[in-house]
Amino acid sequence: MYVATKGGEKAIAAAHRQMAEERRGDPKIPALTIAQIREQLSLCVDRCMTEGSLYDRDLAALAIKQSQGDLIEAIFLLRAYRTTLPRFGYSRPIDTGSMAIVRRVSATFKDIPGGQILGPTFDYTHRLLDFKLAAETEGPRTVADRAETPVEQSVPHVLGLLDQEGLIQKEKTENKPAPDLRIGRIDFDHEKTAERPEAFNEDTPPDLTREPLEFPASRALRLQALARGDEGFLLGLAYSTQRGYARNHAFVGELRIGAVAVEFDMPELGITIELGEVTVTECETVTQFQGSKSQPPQFTRGYGLSFGQTERKALSMALVERALRWSELDEDFVGAAAQDEEFVLAHVDNIQATGFLEHIKLPHYVDFQSELELVRRMRREIAEDSAGRDLSETAE
Amino acid sequence: MSAVDDPTDLTLGSEGSDASVAEAKGDEQIADLSSDAGDDRIDETIDGYNFAYLDENTKRMIRRAILKAVAIPGYQTPFASREMPMPYGWGTGGVQVTAACLTPGDTLKVIDQGADDTTNAVSIRQFFEKTARVDTTTRTEDATVIQTRHRIPEKALTEDQIIVYQVPIPEPLRYLEPRETETRKMHALEEYGLMHVKLYEDISRHGHIATTYAYPVMVEDRYVTDPSPIPKFDNPKLSNSPALQLFGAGREQRIYAIPPYTKVKSLDFEDYPFDPGQWPQACALCGAEDSYLDEIITDDAGGRMFVCSDTDFCSRRRAEQDAAATSEEGEQ
Repeated sequence: MYVATKGGEKAIAAAHRQMAEERRGDPKIPALTIAQIREQLSLCVDRCMTEGSLYDRDLAALAIKQSQGDLIEAIFLLRAYRTTLPRFGYSRPIDTGSMAIVRRVSATFKDIPGGQILGPTFDYTHRLLDFKLAAETEGPRTVADRAETPVEQSVPHVLGLLDQEGLIQKEKTENKPAPDLRIGRIDFDHEKTAERPEAFNEDTPPDLTREPLEFPASRALRLQALARGDEGFLLGLAYSTQRGYARNHAFVGELRIGAVAVEFDMPELGITIELGEVTVTECETVTQFQGSKSQPPQFTRGYGLSFGQTERKALSMALVERALRWSELDEDFVGAAAQDEEFVLAHVDNIQATGFLEHIKLPHYVDFQSELELVRRMRREIAEDSAGRDLSETAE
Repeated sequence: MSAVDDPTDLTLGSEGSDASVAEAKGDEQIADLSSDAGDDRIDETIDGYNFAYLDENTKRMIRRAILKAVAIPGYQTPFASREMPMPYGWGTGGVQVTAACLTPGDTLKVIDQGADDTTNAVSIRQFFEKTARVDTTTRTEDATVIQTRHRIPEKALTEDQIIVYQVPIPEPLRYLEPRETETRKMHALEEYGLMHVKLYEDISRHGHIATTYAYPVMVEDRYVTDPSPIPKFDNPKLSNSPALQLFGAGREQRIYAIPPYTKVKSLDFEDYPFDPGQWPQACALCGAEDSYLDEIITDDAGGRMFVCSDTDFCSRRRAEQDAAATSEEGEQ
């Protein structure tokens, strides 16, 4: 006699215990510490902070430890924590021009004011497994050379230099999307502004995590979505533009990595205070633009910004961002995925994507049962039909 | 954790309250609704999270979306869905709607596939037990709020109940037109020809409308609406229900509603009327002939049995039958 399955509760508790055991691995091996992850797996810490939209190296390291190194799971942990944090205000925009640079390269000019600074990069390493690292004992400590003269405190942006000649297109500052021609929209203002401080005006960038995403999106909103977006998805899309799907040959005008100050205005005291520093990767690409009726030929920009040292992400973001600007720049929509705002923004978030993808593991007995019933019925009808036909043929 | 909202500041929430004060002037009724949950019984729950996890400002935002949804039956209201501590696709929309509806006096029932004991139903029930400390039940009539995935309970709901559906894709036109900008326009213009063509093509190809779950409905003669992936067997229960029916889609950031006593019609044609379907067999456990059945494979030789998917309905019918049998024995 079948007894309806019980014990979902017990199964869950047991599964959690088993997972905890698996996470720890062999207890004879020392456990990873948060500090080890933070210091020695810093690039995956950076990725988690970027896509988790939360700058906290220790929490990111904790998330990586807790998720057994599954980075999307770690990002999810950070996001879920982040939503619970109260907001006490908005910082001033960071000034990447006064970044404390550790790495800065331009692929468009051989030498630039402030200099090319190679910094820490895999770019010119030979990808040979280093078996010395496999040795359990630590070898002699490597200490990087220090420059004789420090990097200048304020290093101009390469694209700014192009701007002196008017060679780079002027950016519009407004954040409003294209006029909304949709009919029948019923929107209450308070839905959009419920959590905006009064001091904020229409030019304040919208907040993707506090307002529902609606199309068409402003450039600021697009950039926000891309910054939180999945590195792999953006890499694939950016690569597709390089291979001819909405091709816009991008030059890396500048890629810079370093620490910037986060400043906060305190209106009640009339002062601005520095809350701390964050390390960011900023990438500006330049793409040739043929010009249009109203504009002479010039260069256009693609922009990428991410936390920590996340060059692949920032570059991918810049290429995709540029591809999404086709309408603003009077280019043709050639139907490429990277140009399609709704396609890109609706699918770029890996927490949404992985949730919906993986939810098909949840029970679907009920829906499947109704499909089963229908398929059986249709097969029965077809069988009866052809049986009927056979009979009538025999009769003839 | 630093997520503790001041439990005394319930009307406006502690976050961004300046803006809220400015707005609340014109919105007193809405603010009042938000404070429904604001009696003294609310205290910090374990982990230091706010009652029912979400902070009050977020709940207020969700309640506003719910009010709008109730005011426009079947219309998909955008809302600023939050990242929840469970994955998208696991019912984050339903969980947010439930969190916004719950008060400390509520009794919650959570089902998945009609069952109270499926893993995800257990998980969501535990979430609210932990974060809201509300009473929970498996008895349909004892619940004031029922969160469900893929089923409507067999027992008729009442005016005192809210049923919250978890919705994966709220847009009934989505598989016909992938673009949100287009489908919103189609709803605005009541342009539902595409849907009727799809149903017509089903009939011409298969002799049936080949949709068996998430069967589209017309709500109050205006909006074509996705009833969430309930089997079409459950569709008749949507119409003229005394209970408030709320639908939450977290990942897609939409809330919609079917208010009590609202007309809900499953789409069909005059010559091909809607057919909710029925079972040739009765439940093998309780003998019910009018409930939705799950097929259970009992061996590897083609053995099967059909049992109620609504576990509360089935187990209590069996208990009643047992009790009746015992008392009969006693009389003899």
